[in-house]
Amino acid sequence: MPKLTIEDLKRIKEETTKATAVRHDGDVRVKITVHMGTCGIAAGAREVMKSLMEEMAEADRPDIRVVTSGCMGMCSSEPNITVEALDSEPIVYQHMDANRMRQVFRRHVLQGEVQTDFALAKL
Amino acid sequence: MRELSLHILDIVENGITAGAGRIEIRVEEDRRTDRLSITVGDNGPGMPPEKAGNPEDPFITSRTTRRVGLGLSLLAAAARRCEGELTVAATPGKGTEVKAWFRHSHIDRAPLGDAAGTLSMLILGNPHIDFVYVHTVDGEEFSLDTRELIDGGADLTDPGTLRRLEQWIRDTLEGMHRTPGAPGTKESLHAEADD
Repeated sequence: MPKLTIEDLKRIKEETTKATAVRHDGDVRVKITVHMGTCGIAAGAREVMKSLMEEMAEADRPDIRVVTSGCMGMCSSEPNITVEALDSEPIVYQHMDANRMRQVFRRHVLQGEVQTDFALAKL
Repeated sequence: MRELSLHILDIVENGITAGAGRIEIRVEEDRRTDRLSITVGDNGPGMPPEKAGNPEDPFITSRTTRRVGLGLSLLAAAARRCEGELTVAATPGKGTEVKAWFRHSHIDRAPLGDAAGTLSMLILGNPHIDFVYVHTVDGEEFSLDTRELIDGGADLTDPGTLRRLEQWIRDTLEGMHRTPGAPGTKESLHAEADD
């Protein structure tokens, strides 16, 4: 098993940054919250977040932030995520899975189109 | 929970919510003594004695910090189902250590599952927390310290880097579980054909 070194990790980061060369001023434009309470985790939040990581790795947009939080009290609609974009109302999505996450990322996060089919509420 | 690694994710999230800055996860598998143990230690404020003494009671909970609730009770039930148990050691102001052990070969023991995925999601969602992960299989040890990687210059907030790190953890853990001589190992490929 070849050992993974810190140099390898640095090289991966440099390669992806070079490929897209998006200028980043440090501002966050979209924040995605994955609700990771016991209920969310049992319902599949980890797999939702994993597909989000894949999408973010492809998009390479440093102005998109992902955070985790606890239960928001709507356990029956888990996995829930909240998408909060600059100058817009936060949208809570319900019953997420890996595919829905991909769609919400590509349409809502990248292009600003709220996916009303999966939306639970505006906050 | 379908996987023990989901329990780990849950217990660690508890510690982070309670205010820990450093989390140490230890998974010890010993197939000779037929034991699997999971230890999650944090440097948070320490679980209140009332809860630490009754980890299996879901109705003892501190809602304001959202420290506990069903999560710990579910892990305790999972351990008990497999002839094991769950213990909590908490020191106010110093931290909490949750330890669960299972009979490794018990029919009801859930698989460990995607430990690499649990770890990478924790790192992605909590960039300000230091994580130490130690996993031993029959004495062979794998360990990872995010503080070391970051100090060395790795950017663990970068999803591409994290994806690569996750894959490496997964491959390494898988390699540790392969028994020498099993199909797909070096020994097996070199072995003479038998009937």
